[in-house]
Amino acid sequence: MGAQSTTESVWRGGVKPFKASYGKMMMWFFLLTDALTFSGFLGAYGFARFKYAETWPLAENVFTHFPGIQGDQPLIYVALMTFILIMSSVTMVLAVHHGKNMDTKKVAWWMGFTVLGGIIFLGSQAWEWMHFIHGTAEGALQLADGSIAKVIAAGTEVMGQTYNFDVLRLGTEKFITDPTTIATLSAGAEHVYGANMVVNEYGLPQFANFFFFITGFHGFHVFTGVILNMIVFINVLFGTYERRGHYEMVEKVGLYWHFVDLVWVFVFTFFYLV
Amino acid sequence: MSHDNHGGTKQIWLVFWILLALTTVEVVLGIYKPVSYEILKWTFIILTLVKAYYIVAYFMHVKHETKSFAWTLALPTFILIPYLLFILLTEASDLIL
Repeated sequence: MGAQSTTESVWRGGVKPFKASYGKMMMWFFLLTDALTFSGFLGAYGFARFKYAETWPLAENVFTHFPGIQGDQPLIYVALMTFILIMSSVTMVLAVHHGKNMDTKKVAWWMGFTVLGGIIFLGSQAWEWMHFIHGTAEGALQLADGSIAKVIAAGTEVMGQTYNFDVLRLGTEKFITDPTTIATLSAGAEHVYGANMVVNEYGLPQFANFFFFITGFHGFHVFTGVILNMIVFINVLFGTYERRGHYEMVEKVGLYWHFVDLVWVFVFTFFYLV
Repeated sequence: MSHDNHGGTKQIWLVFWILLALTTVEVVLGIYKPVSYEILKWTFIILTLVKAYYIVAYFMHVKHETKSFAWTLALPTFILIPYLLFILLTEASDLIL
C-alpha cells in the first residue's frame, strides 16, 4: 500500500478507528469518564473512612435487616442485591449474543429479564434506604459534642457484666459504665432516630452523606439504565432492529448496563466489605 | 461487521459462575472474618479487581476488541485512577471534614 492510498483510506472516511463503530466507541469514552467520577467518590469515601477509622460506622452494623427474617443478618441483603445485578448483567450479555445471531425472539426475552432485574434491584435499594432513613426503634443519643452514643438497656450483658441501669456505648466497642460519666454525657443529649444528611443514629453523619450520595448516584445510573433498556426492549418488540439489519443498539445499552454492574462491584466492596 | 460470537453462551455462563463464586467468597469472608483486617481488606480489593476484569473483558467484550482499543481504554484507567487516589489519600490528610 503506497503513501497515497493510505492517506485516502485512513483520512478520507470509510475506515472505522479500532474497528469499532462510532456509537460503541463513544459509549466507551463516556463510560471511561464516568469511571473516573465514581473513582473520585469512592476515593473520597475511603479517605473519610480511614481518617475517622475509630468512630466510622461499619456498614455491616448498619445494614443488618433482611425482609421476613428477624435479628441481625449482616451482608446477606446486599449480597442478594449484588446477585440480582450480576444476574441481570448475564441476561443482558445473552441478549447481545442472540442479537448478533439476529434472533429477535430470544433478544426480546433476555432484554425483558434484564429490565425486570433492574427494577428488582431498584426496589431493593429503595427498601434499604427506607430502613436506613427510619433507623432503629430505640434510636440513639446525640451527645452535646455531636457524637453518637447507643443506649444499652439495663440488664444487658456488657463486657461480661450486667448493670441495673442503662449504660452507653460510644463507637462500636467503647462502653461507658460509670454512672457519673453517663449523667455528664447525657446532659444536653438529644434522642435521634435514623439517618439523614444532618444526623445519623449509627455514627458520623458523613457516613450517611456518602451513603446517600454514592448509592444514590449509582441508583440513578441503574434507573437510567432501566429506562434505556425499556426503550430498546420496546424497539426489539416492534422489530426496529430487525428492519435495521443489526442489533448494535442492544450492544450499546449493554455496555452501559454492564458498567452499572461494574460500579456496583466496587461500591459493594468499598462500602459494605472494607 | 464482525458477527463472530466468541465462546457463545457457554462462556457467558462460565463467567457468571466465576463472578458468583468470587462474590460468595467475599460475603463469607465478610461475615466470618477468619483473618486480620489488613489481610481481609487486600483480599477484598484483589477479588474485586478480578471480578472487574471478567466483567470488562467478557461481558463488555473488550477481550475481543482490537488491542489498540483495549489499551486506549486501559491506560487512562490505570494511570488516572491510581493518580487520583494517591492525591486524595495522601494530599488530603490535613483536610478537616
